[in-house]
Amino acid sequence: MTFTPHTDEQEQRMLTALGLADADELFAHIPKAARLTEPLDVAAGMSELEVMRYVEDLGRQNRSGLVCFAGGGVYDHHLPPVVRSLTMRPEFVTSYTPYQSEVAQGVLQALFEYQSMVAAITGLPVANASLYDGASAGIEAVNLALAETGRDTVWVSRGLHPHTRQVIATFAHARGVTIIEHPLEDGRTAWNRDATGPPAALVFGQPNYLGIIEEYDTAVALAGELGALTAASVDPMLLGILRTPGAAGCDIAFAEGQPLGNPLSFGGPVVGIFAVAERLMRRIPGRLSGETVDREGRRAYTLTLRTREQDIRREKASSNICTNQTLNAVAAAIHLAWLGPDGLAEVGRQSSHKARYLRGRLLDLPGLSAISDAPYGREFGVVLPIDAASAVTSMADRGYLAGIPLDHDYPEYRNGLLVAVTEKRSRQELDSFADALGEVIADG
Amino acid sequence: MAEPGGRATSTPLMGGSPEPTLIELSVPGRRAWSFPPLDVPEDDLGFPETTDSLPALPEVSERDLVAHFTRLAHRNFAVDLGAYPLGSCTMKYNPKVCDWAAEQGGFRDLHPAAPAELTQGALKVLLEAESILCAITGMARATFQPPAGASGELTGLLIMRAYHESQGRNPTKILIPDSAHGTNPASVTLAGYRAVQVPSDDRGMVDLEALHAAVDDDVAGFMLTNPNTLGLFEEDVIEMARAIHDVDGLVYYDGANLNAILGVARPGDMGFDIVHSNLHKTFATPHGGGGPGAGPVAVVEHLVRFLPGPLPVDAEGALSWEMPADSVGRVHGNHGNFLVVLRALTYMRLLGAEGLRVVADRSVLNARYLASLVEERYPIPYDAPPMHEFVASAAALKKATGVRAMDVAKALLDRGFHAPTIYFPLIVDEALMLEPTETESPETIEALADALNEIAILAATDAAHVQASPHKTPVSRPDDALAARNPKLTW
Repeated sequence: MTFTPHTDEQEQRMLTALGLADADELFAHIPKAARLTEPLDVAAGMSELEVMRYVEDLGRQNRSGLVCFAGGGVYDHHLPPVVRSLTMRPEFVTSYTPYQSEVAQGVLQALFEYQSMVAAITGLPVANASLYDGASAGIEAVNLALAETGRDTVWVSRGLHPHTRQVIATFAHARGVTIIEHPLEDGRTAWNRDATGPPAALVFGQPNYLGIIEEYDTAVALAGELGALTAASVDPMLLGILRTPGAAGCDIAFAEGQPLGNPLSFGGPVVGIFAVAERLMRRIPGRLSGETVDREGRRAYTLTLRTREQDIRREKASSNICTNQTLNAVAAAIHLAWLGPDGLAEVGRQSSHKARYLRGRLLDLPGLSAISDAPYGREFGVVLPIDAASAVTSMADRGYLAGIPLDHDYPEYRNGLLVAVTEKRSRQELDSFADALGEVIADG
Repeated sequence: MAEPGGRATSTPLMGGSPEPTLIELSVPGRRAWSFPPLDVPEDDLGFPETTDSLPALPEVSERDLVAHFTRLAHRNFAVDLGAYPLGSCTMKYNPKVCDWAAEQGGFRDLHPAAPAELTQGALKVLLEAESILCAITGMARATFQPPAGASGELTGLLIMRAYHESQGRNPTKILIPDSAHGTNPASVTLAGYRAVQVPSDDRGMVDLEALHAAVDDDVAGFMLTNPNTLGLFEEDVIEMARAIHDVDGLVYYDGANLNAILGVARPGDMGFDIVHSNLHKTFATPHGGGGPGAGPVAVVEHLVRFLPGPLPVDAEGALSWEMPADSVGRVHGNHGNFLVVLRALTYMRLLGAEGLRVVADRSVLNARYLASLVEERYPIPYDAPPMHEFVASAAALKKATGVRAMDVAKALLDRGFHAPTIYFPLIVDEALMLEPTETESPETIEALADALNEIAILAATDAAHVQASPHKTPVSRPDDALAARNPKLTW
């Protein structure tokens, strides 16, 4: 299969028109030393049916269909079929970045609506049209704060997602930025006001990676004293029941947006949510869809404030993002509109109640304890009497993805397991899960 | 009107009437959602930081939602509707079986934190895609973490930095041609380097003398797109790479234009050390209205230890994750845009070695055929034969009629085609960058040429009409100045 519509006769006719004998002559000007002399070392092509069997065979080598209690930013929520159905419209799937506004009003308006709904749930007035994922949104928050304050140090909570911290470290190193990590005490960030500074920003998770709800006011007040920005990484599915980062006085909110509209997808493609306070509008990274009028005065949408972006600002741009996650943002917009105000609150409420119920059941198991008694949302950590990674393996045999072992990223929680709950988990699943974990622990 | 076979145009778009926003469609109390009732005891959540005020989201029925987004779709052009000759973007047809692959539950419902023992199929997808990508590019290993081309560039530059640091050196400059994509200089700055521009010569290629003059011990590396953004193969590429290697610099291949050389030439054989490719261009994954893409980075053997990680490894049949010894670290929160990689792997397996070569042949054939049909009215300022795309100039047309590249692009929208890339690269006056791709038929190429020529002819007699284009699209030209002066970014 090549998906090229040319017949042999047509190809020959085109070559003849160009004064060429065969297709190889199209490349005659490429220096010999740079030319391949043999065919690529790639297997022969397949028919569509063969490739489908090949993909199905690979898929079967994964253990899918496990009842999911893993989270860490990527959650197994109910994904309404209407979201996939509309998102997969070919006009959304097979179009390019909407630079030609006149034939891209569909994508531009969908992004404008996405931005509007992200602003609504974060309580911050300016949202961009998406970033790659939660971790890349984290580094963009850091870059924005560095540019805004002219400082070269950033304070990061140990409760921020470990992968986000790692991505920040990767990029900060190249620019000579100092990252100071602030510890957790009983699961919450203990900001050390005497740490090396002054910082450009205080970056933390709300809830943090361990599912624990932080105090906004402490971070916001400290940032105010230090002349730093606050950047909160939020769980979008809790924004119907928790105070918004905007209402709490944060300057930047960012999130892993996967739970809105996107399947688990082995973690990608997902969507990085990013919103800022009004005064930071001209520093926001990525694309922005704005409302304007056309020549007849009709409402129209266009990519705007373009002078911030790399193709215009080149080496002076503070972000290099070009391709983003538009289709995933469109999915998020459709899902948010499906939920509406009380639907989003219901997801947060049910997920949190079910998390409480499951945590109670698990704490009744012998030898199992909580990592903290601090208030939490829909995710929580427990310490098992056995190795957490082995427990995950044993639980998979019983049909569950039990959670994320904490040992690797938080050695201080040895045998720790991070467990996430969504509205999708029935009481029966929660009970069976607790029973199964009890058996696994009993088996040692 | 009957059209010849294989012609892909679509005009006008169906979505002629404005569509209200969701908030305008909202009615208090209406809703689309349903969940089972809570089946666990409802205790006090005991939250701090709770709120009583609900977010100001629209309240619509599912039927409203479907009508709304379907109407929005009708207001959008797409590859599935017609030819999309947008230079540098490789807007080829996206095979549907690749979408099917990404919908398979074995992959779609896989959690990124599931341990390797439960995700062997996914690790195999990454390893097989890597092996094909390395065969195509002549590299040793690749990472799929970068979710887009720009992220791949930055990753490549971080690998350069890690390499130089391992040598105890700290050079500060990255050379880039003046025809480079804007992401190149932006990435250079983010990697903590300084971009130094190298001019093009009158062939439209990097000026070799200027490059030699710019090369010194402070050069960390050189970034090059080949074929370059003029669609021309850089004929001195091997000598350029040698010059950079002579000062222990590294040579970076921006893979935006890899489509033109599949099975014809490999960046590794040209002297490149680091290669990013855009799966959403060369390997036919859909662009999604601006993303998601995927920008894997492949490197030569001696740079493998610096790749981002973890990387999948095959230990006697059991696949697992491993961090390269001197890794630059993680560049994505999970494993990159995995389902995009799965789509690309499906495409690569469909085509195989022979099919990949046909892609190069026919993408170049289509571009050169189109060029031959329009160059009389839209001169191409350089003599070298174009590869998969070419940059023509509307400068003469502008001088004669006042009609600019922008007007030509907008007039093309009225004729059922997407516009070319315009005003890029910056070194061509009134640039029109056309990339028809291999998936368009000769009939479509001829219809596109007819449309372009017809616009030039019309410009001579009725420039005002062309300048007022487009006329048949859902909206006419938006007031961009108003949007920037008075930004309205939410409803």
